[in-house]
Amino acid sequence: MKGALTNVPITKEWDIVGARQSGRNMARDLGFGSVDQARIATAISELARNIYLYAGSGEVSFEEVQGEAPVGIKIIASDNGPGIKDITKVMEDGYSTSGGLGAGLPGVKRLMDDFDMESNEEGTKITIVKWLR
Amino acid sequence: MRIPILKLQNYLLVSVQIELDDQTAMQFQEDLLNKIHSTGATGVVVDLTSVEIIDSFIAKVLGDVVSMAELMGAKVVFTGIQPAVSMTLIDLGIHLQNVQTALDLEQGLIKLKQELEEK
Repeated sequence: MKGALTNVPITKEWDIVGARQSGRNMARDLGFGSVDQARIATAISELARNIYLYAGSGEVSFEEVQGEAPVGIKIIASDNGPGIKDITKVMEDGYSTSGGLGAGLPGVKRLMDDFDMESNEEGTKITIVKWLR
Repeated sequence: MRIPILKLQNYLLVSVQIELDDQTAMQFQEDLLNKIHSTGATGVVVDLTSVEIIDSFIAKVLGDVVSMAELMGAKVVFTGIQPAVSMTLIDLGIHLQNVQTALDLEQGLIKLKQELEEK
């Protein structure tokens, strides 16, 4: 299990559900409680939807990690889409270019412990971690 | 996948028992409005006890259906939102302020009855 890596490709809408279910299962197996499982699954759902909506396709990967706590789950959402033009703006609550609630990325940051985003014209990579406390 | 919508007197009852993907949520929105139209229902209870995840998209669809139903003259109450879902929604910054909620189906029906009698 340790270091196990799972990749879920995101190419269609249903893959959003598949990704968050895989993430929730892994979080549960790692010992996360039901509230953290919901937080992790929701964060994955937001990132997977962003891939589907803005990049068309990409992938979400899950990995067990150690660091601040003995056990954590690291999730990487990556795509080769057009990138995020204004990184400051997308982290503002209520900002959306798709008519959504604009809760996605700032929400994901609040749901998780670590949040890191890299984006340029060649794609976007968002890495999030939740530690088991 | 379709979510069944049951009619009980002037009310519609919905129990969401499946994982909500975007398409199912959108379909539900349309089905519910059509059912309100065809039955003339004045109140709707949507029970979310089995729903384990509400992300920002699903929250928007659910919030919108309340406003849409209201435009048609029907009140919607959500019931049974799980503790984990409630905490996650607030973390996301989603407060669903215009949405009526109740602890369970029974409380939901009582709330609906009160709301409709006030009018």
